[in-house]
Amino acid sequence: MNGPFAFTLALGDDALIAAQRLAEWTTRAPEMEEDIALANIALDQLGAARLLLSYAGELEGAGRDEDALAYLRDDREFRNCLLVELPNGDFAVTMAKLLALSAYQLPLYTALAGCADERLAAIGAKARKESAYHLDHAALWVKRLGDGTEESHRRMQAGIDQVWPYVHELFAAPPGAPVDPATLRGDFDTTVAAVLAEATLTLPDSGWAPGGGRDGVHTEHLSYLLAEMQVLARAHPGARW
Amino acid sequence: MYGNDFSGEDAPGGLLGEVEAAEAALRAAAERDRGAAGPGEDLAAYFAQVIDADQKIEPRDWMPEAYRRTLIRQIAQHAHSEIIGMQPEGNWISRAPSLKRKAILLAKVQDEAGHGLYLYAAAETLGISRDELVDLLLNGRQKYSSIFNYPTLTWADVGAIGWLVDGAAIVNQVPLCRCSYGPYARAMIRVCKEESFHQRQGYEILHVLAHGTPAQKAMAQDALDRWWYPSLAMFGPPDGDSTHSAQSMAWKIKRFSNDELRQRFVDMCVGQAEVLGLTIPDPDLRWNDERQAYDFTQPDYAELMQVISGNGPCNRERMAHRRHAHTEGAWVREAAAAYAAKQKNKEKVAA
Amino acid sequence: MSDSSPLWEVFVRARRGLAHTHVGSLHAPDAELALRNARDLYTRRQEGVSIWVVPASGITASSPDEKDAFFDPAADKVYRHPTFYEVPEGVAHL
Ligand SMILES: [Fe+2]
Ligand SMILES: [Fe+2]
Repeated sequence: MNGPFAFTLALGDDALIAAQRLAEWTTRAPEMEEDIALANIALDQLGAARLLLSYAGELEGAGRDEDALAYLRDDREFRNCLLVELPNGDFAVTMAKLLALSAYQLPLYTALAGCADERLAAIGAKARKESAYHLDHAALWVKRLGDGTEESHRRMQAGIDQVWPYVHELFAAPPGAPVDPATLRGDFDTTVAAVLAEATLTLPDSGWAPGGGRDGVHTEHLSYLLAEMQVLARAHPGARW
Repeated sequence: MYGNDFSGEDAPGGLLGEVEAAEAALRAAAERDRGAAGPGEDLAAYFAQVIDADQKIEPRDWMPEAYRRTLIRQIAQHAHSEIIGMQPEGNWISRAPSLKRKAILLAKVQDEAGHGLYLYAAAETLGISRDELVDLLLNGRQKYSSIFNYPTLTWADVGAIGWLVDGAAIVNQVPLCRCSYGPYARAMIRVCKEESFHQRQGYEILHVLAHGTPAQKAMAQDALDRWWYPSLAMFGPPDGDSTHSAQSMAWKIKRFSNDELRQRFVDMCVGQAEVLGLTIPDPDLRWNDERQAYDFTQPDYAELMQVISGNGPCNRERMAHRRHAHTEGAWVREAAAAYAAKQKNKEKVAA
Repeated sequence: MSDSSPLWEVFVRARRGLAHTHVGSLHAPDAELALRNARDLYTRRQEGVSIWVVPASGITASSPDEKDAFFDPAADKVYRHPTFYEVPEGVAHL
């Protein structure tokens, strides 16, 4: 895998799997207004995924388009971080995941917007506005749940505790990346610390830092997610939709 | 089931054109001088005058209690249908066969949630809260459209729903853009503009399938076979058996009968099915020169009554799903309320 | 909901140069959520450049510098507009 391809693919996979998970909330959100909000965020992630995967396909030069990359790879070939493939859990877990993801994607896309690769710069410029919105949304809910009722506080803290070990993987740099994610860690930590403080929540201190997504070594969950996502496309090889 | 009214002629631009014409008529009627003063002593006479002049009744106007109740029932039922209607199509979001289709379907189902909310908001102007309406749905005291109690078994069903179910909904709803109650008419104008996208994406799905592999074409035909008659049943029982129609017509909530709308829908679909290359599952479907309309086989109204009374294939699942989401979300809604209350207190202390 | 998630009226400025127009209402426990819900509910097709949400008392408006992140994301969702779909020749009433 060449560097730019691997990097673009990893970002595209992050966005695609995040979209697939967020879309699972449709018809199930805690309030009808939130159903719409989560669908919006899923649509943004899906839109970014399509741009990134299309471009990754071009970088690869093997004739694969967004759908070939999304539907015809197995889990060992996916390069998304583990964070996005984790099951949605309750609404608090989903908001913890969204907080981590958007606090990472915002500075990442912002940095990409200024990078030398014009295509990635354009995608970054578009996606960072969306990420800012996602981050606002996650922060808004983390504060409300953290500083809401006793039950919501307990659930929100549990969500953060459950999700946080998976954050470390986000900042490992793939070789040849136009932006080194390690340089984003400071921004990420500042953003998250401010939200959690206001939400009366704390970060767990755990030495556990699972990883492997960038190398195609995933949790057991991803294969099920892909089985569902790909079932129809794979049942009709070569068909147009 | 929703009510109706449309001009006999197709306005330029098809259904979207009709929606725009309704919007223009709403504005024109608002400008028109009725030649009468505001409401005097006789509120009922004033109400009748406004209706006669094709103007809109607004939330704080006096209105007959039965008018209010009819509207609440109809708008709420419509809102519930939008919300429950998300489920059959939502069923395929995770498995949509291309990323483009996934994005379109997700946006479409999201729109339906929006429609539900516009409509709940319109109903609330009549003096009932959304909480109460949601309760009425959840404990089964108010209904939603029977069509959503049928299962989506294949991807082609998503196409069939867009084309036929959204299509039938538009035929039902375009006339409601001229409904005498202002908030409902305005909500319907908004909804109908969005529905046009829904119908087209469904038709496009079927068109691609019908021109795809033999398996895809078979999938499309199977979907049409299963969705055709339930879609015809969406217009409600035949005119002879329809309750509360006459009064709704007099109040200009409804302007065309169930059978008139059903006929219009069939007449629209025949040519569209031909372009798809699919066969409408009705051997008796044929043009009647005398009537200048198609003769067709009526849907099974006994089945419709069964589905309405709760015995369709998916009634129980749809309701259980909705109740589950509502119950599971309670702690989140409580948290948001508690947080808002705390913030208010802080503001008070700071002030 | 009536107590804990009050009703807000929503006003949208569709384009620069136009006044805010009432577009409907929604429920939210506080102004921040109301504004966010209004954005998602009433401007899914770029229908607005500015939103006000109004509770029983007082007005809360979206601040102009939020505009980009607030409204741009809808700009690329062309599939929401019916003209995005190929209507095969000869199809009427669609
Ligand atoms: Fe709808
Ligand atoms: Fe629709």
